[in-house]
Amino acid sequence: MKEPNDVILKTATKAAVVIILAFSIHLFLSGHHNPGGGFIGGLAFVAAVVLLYLVHGIEKVQKNIPVDFKKVAGIGVLISVFTGVGGMISGNPFLNQAFWMVDLPLFGKTEMATAVLFDVGVALAVIGASLTIIISISDDR
Amino acid sequence: MNNLIILPIIIPIIAGMLMVICKNMIKFHRFLSLLAIISVGTVSVLLMEQIKFAGIQILYLGGWQAPFGITLVADMFAVMLVLVTAIVTFCCLCYAFSSIGIERELHYFYPLVLFMIAGVNGAFLTGDIFNLFVCFEVMLVASYVLISLGGTRIQLRESVKYILINMISSFFFLVAIAFLYRMTGTLNLAHLSVLVAKAGQGGLMTAVAFLFLIVFSLKAGLLLFFWLPGSYSAPPPAIAAIFAALLTKVGVYAIIRLFSLVFYHEPGVTHQLIGVLAAITMVLGAMGAVAYGDIKRIMTYNVMIGIGFILAGFASFSTAGMSGTVYYLIHDMIVKALLFLLGGTIIYLTGTGKLKEMSGLIRLHPQLGWMFFIAALSLSGIPPLSGFIGKIFITEGTFHSGYFWLGGIGLLSGLMVLYSMLKIFMNVFWGYTNLTDETDKGTHRGLLLPIGILTVLTIALGLGAEGIHEYVDLAVMGLMEPGLYIDAVRGSSLW
Repeated sequence: MKEPNDVILKTATKAAVVIILAFSIHLFLSGHHNPGGGFIGGLAFVAAVVLLYLVHGIEKVQKNIPVDFKKVAGIGVLISVFTGVGGMISGNPFLNQAFWMVDLPLFGKTEMATAVLFDVGVALAVIGASLTIIISISDDR
Repeated sequence: MNNLIILPIIIPIIAGMLMVICKNMIKFHRFLSLLAIISVGTVSVLLMEQIKFAGIQILYLGGWQAPFGITLVADMFAVMLVLVTAIVTFCCLCYAFSSIGIERELHYFYPLVLFMIAGVNGAFLTGDIFNLFVCFEVMLVASYVLISLGGTRIQLRESVKYILINMISSFFFLVAIAFLYRMTGTLNLAHLSVLVAKAGQGGLMTAVAFLFLIVFSLKAGLLLFFWLPGSYSAPPPAIAAIFAALLTKVGVYAIIRLFSLVFYHEPGVTHQLIGVLAAITMVLGAMGAVAYGDIKRIMTYNVMIGIGFILAGFASFSTAGMSGTVYYLIHDMIVKALLFLLGGTIIYLTGTGKLKEMSGLIRLHPQLGWMFFIAALSLSGIPPLSGFIGKIFITEGTFHSGYFWLGGIGLLSGLMVLYSMLKIFMNVFWGYTNLTDETDKGTHRGLLLPIGILTVLTIALGLGAEGIHEYVDLAVMGLMEPGLYIDAVRGSSLW
């Protein structure tokens, strides 16, 4: 079969994927006080990976990202649940969150919150689940 | 604040996710699923003791006070159901070990069961109507996969119907919640109860109540049960038993919770309608159970009769009727699981579901035969088995509230249950043995043990009804006096 000539698409993807990934991280981090968060941050991340799938084909991408996304989803949910359990161990209600103000070099005064850990779990769960869905639909002929 | 309440929801989730990560270790899956279910059971026993001594237990998730955050409320009724859920699931899992097959086990059977249990427990324990919706969805999504897992022709056909009907009812559920939120501005059940009581349950509010009734009737199989006989006879026996024991009962629980806590101001309209629906369900269910000659069909129609009878007690809205409802709900969960496991075993042994094609099983499988006999008697409420006490109280309650027709139909449907069960018993176990020693597949401990546990339970629940009387009374008190629930959720805040 003749390979389609998609030089423009491949070149544009190289730049676009970086931008989408950066944007997804921005969405994720801004989620603490502004619109954003683990869910849409994760979805934006998935958008970047799906773009790679479309351009380079599923096998090639999977060879370069050898991750079982079902496990990613599982680990994500576990991280979120255990963040909730963390509150229980210190005698607070389930899902209780704590935060500290920390002076970081370069960033200045930064708020560190356990809610971010919860969001990491959410993001991983979203990434794992949606990529699993997309891969299994595309497998089905 | 009591962190124990979250455990019945998160233990199954944690265990299930660990299994997803360790995908191929089936021994580990089996061990962990049993461990998770046993710990859920232990937690619920602990909670029951705490409720007995210290009243209804509350957990504000994340420390957000009601009505702003999500509240989990453990009252006696909910926690009893969590305990029974754990017991039933334990037996069905034991049965699944030797019957479900390696293919399904590799395709996440145990994690899915645990996720479903997390949803069921969440629906029992939540004190927030939107959270109730979410828990329903968790439970349903897992059940969609379980019903189609294995992908046989009949399973796929029935799962399409099952998914469609549940999507539609979930949509109505969401619409009803939106209406309720627009009218009251809150989603917390206790707060809703206060606001509805303050504003009065007018015509519009009653209309919303009816919308909720339609939604939960679809889920519980109250009158709107057309999807149920097909869906529940498609999956293998271990899954069908969990479905029959738990899923419809969650719908029943939601009806009881909403119409005893929030919409209890117009019993002449809403509760009478529930009574009428229950009566029609019992009549139609009894017709189906008597008419069909197929074990699976008879069993599923018996599920409906059970639902109708439980809600008949609730419709009477009297203390006696309500304790009957609680007793019968617990009994029904156990005995329906027992019935489906027995029916599944019979079909496995004979290779057919048609009554006419089997006979004389008692010679080869005496234990199975007698356990079926006990289950049949228990199902139709013969003393001293567990169905009896619930049946008495429900009948007393309906007569007490003047619903003589409802009580009468309940008793008649009990006779029909007995007839349909004995029809199975006589056809399958009596007569000339047509299975030879060679064609007999044989039962073993793995199949008989869970059935045995449930049989012992139904006997024990009948003989020891006095022992759980105290707990049932507490559950009924919580249902009949919404004030207790509200005060517990309100705590020290001022609304």
